[in-house]
Formats: sequence, structure tokens, C-alpha cells
Amino acid sequence: MTATATATPTAPAVRPAPATAPAVRTTAVVTGLGIAAPNGLGTEDYWRATLAGESGLGRVTRFDPSQYPSTIGGEVPGYVAEEHIPSRLMPQTDHMTRLALTAADWAVADAGIAPGDLPEYGMGVVTAASGGAVEFGQRELQNLWSQGKQYVSAYQSFAWFYAVNTGQISIRHKMRGPSGVLLTEQAGGVDSIGHARRHVRKGVPMVVSGGVDAALCPWGWVPQIASGLMSTVSDPSRAYLPFSAEASGYVPGEGGAILIVEDAESARERGAEHVYGAVAGYAATLDPAPGSGRPSALRRAAENALADAGVRPEDVDVVFADAAGTPELDRAEAKVLEEIFGARGVPVTAPKSMTGRLLAGGAALDAATALLALRDGVIPPTAGVAEADPGHRIDLVTGAREADLRTALVLARGHGGFNAALVLRRAH
Amino acid sequence: MVRRVVITGLGVVAPGGVGVKEYWELLTAGRTATRTISFYDASPFRSRVAAECDFDPAAAGLSPQETRRLDRAAQFAVVSTREALADSGLDTSALDPSRIGTSLGSAVGCTTSLEREYVVVSDGGRKWNVDHEYAVPELYRHFVPSSMAAEVGQEAGAEGPAAVVSTGCTSGLDSLGHAVELIREGTCDVMIAGATEAPISPITSACFDAIHATTPRNDTPESACRPFDRTRSGLVLGEGAAILVLEELESARRRGAHIYAEIAGFAARCNAYHMTGLKPDGREMAEAIDAALDEARLNPTAIDYINAHGSGTKMNDRHETGAFKRSLGDHAYATPVSSIKSMIGHSLGAIGSLEIAACALAMEHGVLPPTANLHEPDPELDLDYIPLTARERKTDTVLSVGSGFGGFQSAMLLARPERSAR
Repeated sequence: MTATATATPTAPAVRPAPATAPAVRTTAVVTGLGIAAPNGLGTEDYWRATLAGESGLGRVTRFDPSQYPSTIGGEVPGYVAEEHIPSRLMPQTDHMTRLALTAADWAVADAGIAPGDLPEYGMGVVTAASGGAVEFGQRELQNLWSQGKQYVSAYQSFAWFYAVNTGQISIRHKMRGPSGVLLTEQAGGVDSIGHARRHVRKGVPMVVSGGVDAALCPWGWVPQIASGLMSTVSDPSRAYLPFSAEASGYVPGEGGAILIVEDAESARERGAEHVYGAVAGYAATLDPAPGSGRPSALRRAAENALADAGVRPEDVDVVFADAAGTPELDRAEAKVLEEIFGARGVPVTAPKSMTGRLLAGGAALDAATALLALRDGVIPPTAGVAEADPGHRIDLVTGAREADLRTALVLARGHGGFNAALVLRRAH
Repeated sequence: MVRRVVITGLGVVAPGGVGVKEYWELLTAGRTATRTISFYDASPFRSRVAAECDFDPAAAGLSPQETRRLDRAAQFAVVSTREALADSGLDTSALDPSRIGTSLGSAVGCTTSLEREYVVVSDGGRKWNVDHEYAVPELYRHFVPSSMAAEVGQEAGAEGPAAVVSTGCTSGLDSLGHAVELIREGTCDVMIAGATEAPISPITSACFDAIHATTPRNDTPESACRPFDRTRSGLVLGEGAAILVLEELESARRRGAHIYAEIAGFAARCNAYHMTGLKPDGREMAEAIDAALDEARLNPTAIDYINAHGSGTKMNDRHETGAFKRSLGDHAYATPVSSIKSMIGHSLGAIGSLEIAACALAMEHGVLPPTANLHEPDPELDLDYIPLTARERKTDTVLSVGSGFGGFQSAMLLARPERSAR
């Protein structure tokens, strides 16, 4: 950029159009994954457990849940922050941000990106967030209200807020390119990947995307109870059964996935070790106001994403469903799937039945899981559900199923009316 | 064919008044809206000054149900949305709702409601295991501020993509930048875009106190925010919202819309340096300015007004003055710069949109808002910061910048659509 050099009094104010035509639309691919999930810490642990149908749900231990109607959650097992996070970052980071930094480290390493491989301004960070670093925030609210303002952490101003993961990841990896933070509740993971692709298409070689969330503290629990959508079943194996006749609500979990989205050409040039798949299509919509009489916009999100990818419904080999776990929301999603694919027209799965819904991390983990499924040619199961409620005319995958997978559709919905859809294609 | 994006409607809730008209009167009068905090007893705090909105939800047109359901920041956003839509003359019910999107910036979401409800369910901070039986039904909506984007989108009849953009204090620029992208790429034809914030609450006071970010100048609250002045001593918290109706240029022209300005360029960068600190050279902000100029295909000499971040801290003043010189070269000395935060405080995630609204109005009226309270210029800062009184000047190209916790640096350029080469 030569702005300073051209800033002379005689320079014309308006520059002529560049002689070269705009670059052709590039392909955005995923070259690295970092996963922290309730049923596995690290990509391969998680993937093995997920294929085996091993659930990470259990009675919450991070706080005593006995006074609450809901007691089941998904906690990331075996995570010792000190093993992953520099000591000077410990006082200024919440559990959520530590998990996010760790997943980002793994994703960058998985992509084989070493410092200096890419220009600093050619690397961006776009993460999803939902309620911020809630546990950190609760502690500081408690310090303020029970002890006084001098007990509030000097880090509170940024440690709890929605942008914290993007900010900390960008600092840790010296990523100075276009970055962002999107909030669409559970749909955010898909939106962050779609937005990362947007940056890549504008010429940014690499964008860290996805979401990692953690709100397993009382101040994260009580608002979810107030939403009325949480399951109150106390048996961890029966609490979150999306699409089942027993569906009773959702179970929250913590964790998520970080995905490295790269320009395919740039990834090839730097000798990326592997390509999980391409971000082929993306779309997002907002439902009309409740009571407006207009239909939900979930179907349009899915159809627009398919159109964006240039694929027909019959090209889709598997759907990773949003799987809200309440009868009404499951019915709405199953109906959309039937409208697009026909009755039982495509395998549908919800591996989040093993992790719970991870807020901003959930759809990101679904996208990562879909890429692993494409890589290995196997659809992970919806655990704990013997069969779908017959009222839902979907082919629900209840045991790991091998298949020749080329194209996956990930659906996500966020509380309040957000819908997002992502089409992922297997790398050749 | 590049799709270009123009501003065709404005709606504002700001300290000093509700509505665009009052906002512009305040800014051009050089009047300040900073005062001693009245929302709660701020006496324990080091900084007890803020720019509060005198906002009556009922007078602003909200129903009792809306007032109960919505956090203050969401109330600002809905009221601003209605004003912006009316100002644009756009009948969204006659459009395809799937082609209308929503992009709303906010740094701290529904923090005021969350803190209020926290105090109830925790029994004044006594309980770690907060009590769900006292939780209001709206609590989850406040917990996930994405609810505010849904509220704005549904208010406007928008069924395209919607999101809250939350990049700290650049949220209000970044949400507009996001909206511009959605129109340019062809996903939407109209965006309801802007930002809102209502952060004035004890926890915000406490966290800014803890890092001495806010001014302790409590004795003269009306002149407490002094960007570029030798005596500046920190930012003054503010609140408010600005919502803009953005449209694709050709369709705006076809319907004969009034066009305030084109959003000709936008770029965001991270300093990847520190969550709250800034380097004095302003390199990353300069990178953002350069990239925004590239996108707008404008030379720096085209810029004839800069709306500065001007938060009222020494670190910021040096950082951005350095950035302007880096990007504009000698032209920086010929370009008037001002900070409206001197009058309306720093409303965190909302301010970037409020500043773009001010820039659009500056172009509309040929008047540049001043930097209030600038009596003793910092000798190390040698640009023209428009002290005290508004200045008449026809402007065709305006730069607005923002800088935020997390290391975010953003720059946006407004231009007259007939001038831009895009």
C-alpha cells in the first residue's frame, strides 16, 4: 500500500479502476481442526468417542446443581488449563477462552501453519459467541455486589465480553487481518464459517473460525432454565433425545471447534498437509416475528445454501441437524427436511446428542464433525435414540453408518429466530 | 458490476435527545451531554460521570409489553429502527423480506438488565448458586444479546441474514461494514444496520475504574471528556443507538430515495498486540485506513473530514494521530478532525454507528461537528481538531475510525456516490 507516497497535493482524489479484473471466486477449504468437546478433548479422541456413540453428558460437577430443575450437562473432560495456557494469561481468561485458545492452537498446528508462513495481515479471526465468558462475569459481579468495587478484576473490562476469544486468538498468533465476532446464539458457529469464507473470497488467505463456548456456572444455568427449553430429566442417557418421542428439551454443554478456513490456492501453495473439505455453500435467514402468520425461514436457509453450493437436494449425502430436542422444534426441523429431501430422503444425524448443545460452539462442532465424516466415509450416530418419533419422517442415523459421503449439510438455529445452513464438500 | 451501498435512512437515540434532529442540534451547537451519573449511586466509583440518554420508552413509542420485554439497549435499537425506516421512506412490506438483512453492533449486549437481574437472583451477590425461582422470563433474551438483532429484524420485517456483531468498541463500524458486504455480495438489497449500547451500570463503572480508563473529572461533568486536550484524563461512558437503512445504489435511485452518502470503503484490522493497549505509531489503524481507501479507490487527498475515535485518553490521541499521518501523509495537516465523544461520551459498541450517522449529517448539511472542551491543545498533537465550534465546510469524502478492546481497528469512508470511482 502506497497511500502515504501518493498523498501529494497534485494527486487526483479518485483513483482509476485497476486494469486487472476482480479475482475469480476462490474456493474456501478447511485445512485444520481443533476440538474440545464433552465426549473428547482433541479431534481424534472426540471422533473416536463420537463414532462409538459415547456420550459426554452427566450430572454437572462444576457447581452443585441439586437446587435446579435441570442437573445434566456436558463438561469437557480432563482439561488442565495450566498445561495449555501461559501463566500470565491465566488471571485474564475464563475457562471458555482457555478452551478456545487451546482449540485454536490445535487447529493452527493441524493446518501446519507456522509463524511466518502467511503475512500477518493475511490472517483473520472470526468467532461466534453467545453469552460471553459467563463464569468470569459471575465472579466479578459477585465481587462487586458482595464486597465492593475495589474487588473487581482489572481484566473484567474485556475478559467476559463477547469479543474476547477473537481478541485473544489474534494476539496469540499475531493475526492482524480482518476479524470479527458474530452472535446468533446456536447458529453462530455456522455463521462464523460463512463469514470466514467471505473474507477468504475477498483475498484474505486464511481465517480462523468457529466457536468455543462454556457457560457451566449458575449464572449461565439460570437464564437457560428461564428459557423453558432445557430438559429436566435427571438421567443423563435420557435427558437429551432429539427427534425421539421422548424428547424433553436440551442439555447444555461446553466446548466447540475451531476451523482453519483457507483459500484453496493459497493452501496448496504453502503445502497444506491436508484438506478436510470445501465450504461450498452458506446461507442465513431470520424467522418472521412470532404471530406474524408467516412461515419459519429455516427451509429457505437450507435451500439457499444448497443453491449457493450449486448442489441439488439429491446430491446431499448427510444432514447434521440442529436437533433442538423439544418436540415442537424437532417437528419443525423434520418437516423442513421432509419438504426438501422427501420423507426419509437423506440420512439425518445429531451427534450433539453426545455433547449437549454448546451455544456458540455447537454448530462449529457440527461442521467439524461433518468434515470428519466426509473424510472417513462414516456418519456418526444420534446417541441414545433407538428410533425417531414416527411423526418425524426422517432417516435418523442411530448407529454409526458407513457411506460414500461427498456432500454434507449442516443446519443450525439460534434462539429468537436465527437460521443458518452450511454445505461442506469432501476434498478430492 | 460492483454493487454499491448507500445510506438512505437514519434513526438515532443519543445523549441529549431522542431523534436525528435533536442529535444534530446538539453536535453542531458544540453542547455536551455528559453529566453526573443519575441512574444509580455512583459515589463509590472513581469516575462518576456519564452521557446518559433522557429516554422515556412510552414517549418514544414503545408499548408497555415492549418496554418490559426489551433491555434498554434493545429499546434504543427498536426506536431508532422505526425512525430510520420512516426517514428512508422505504416500505419494507412491499419488498421481498428475504432480501432485507439485519446487522446490529453491540459490545456489551444487555448488560444493564443482566446486572439488575443478577442482583435479584443472587440476593445482592450473596449466592454463587443463584436462584432460578426469581428469574424473569426475559432473562435468556438478555443473556444472549443476539436477541436484539432478531428484535430489530422482526420490527423491520427483515427475513434475510441477521446477526449481532460484537467487536468491542468497533462494533458500530464493523456492523455497518458487515451490512455493506451483504449488499455488495448480492445476498441482500436492503440492510437495517447500526448499533446500540446501554452500558451505564455499576459493573461497567467498576471495570473501567479498575483500569483507570474513565475520567475522574467529577467536579465538572459537563466538560469531563476532553479528547486532544492537554488536560484529558480518560473517557466518559455514554449510551445510545444509531440505525441506518442501507440500500443498493441503483435500487435506491430507482425509487427516488434521498441518499445521504455512499459507504465507499471499509476495513478492519487487529493489532494482535494487547487486549486494551495501543502502540503510539497507529500502524494497524493506518492499515485499516489504507485498506478502506483501496476499497473505495480513493486517494488520501480526497478525505476532507475525519471523525476520530477521540475517546479522551492520551494513548488513543497519540495512536490515532499517528495513524492519520501514516495514512494521509501531509494531507493529514490539511484535514479537519473532530471527536464527538467530547459531547456524547463513548457508548462502546454503539458509538461507531452514531459517528457514521454524524458523518452522514455533516455531508448533508455542510457542517463539521467540533471537538468540545478543547481549550488547551496537547502540544504533541499537531492536527486541526476543530476546537469548540462547528465549522461550515462542504465535504465530499469523510473518514471515520474506531479502536477497541481486543485490538480491533476499523476505518470507514463515506463519499458522495457521484464522486466515487467505484
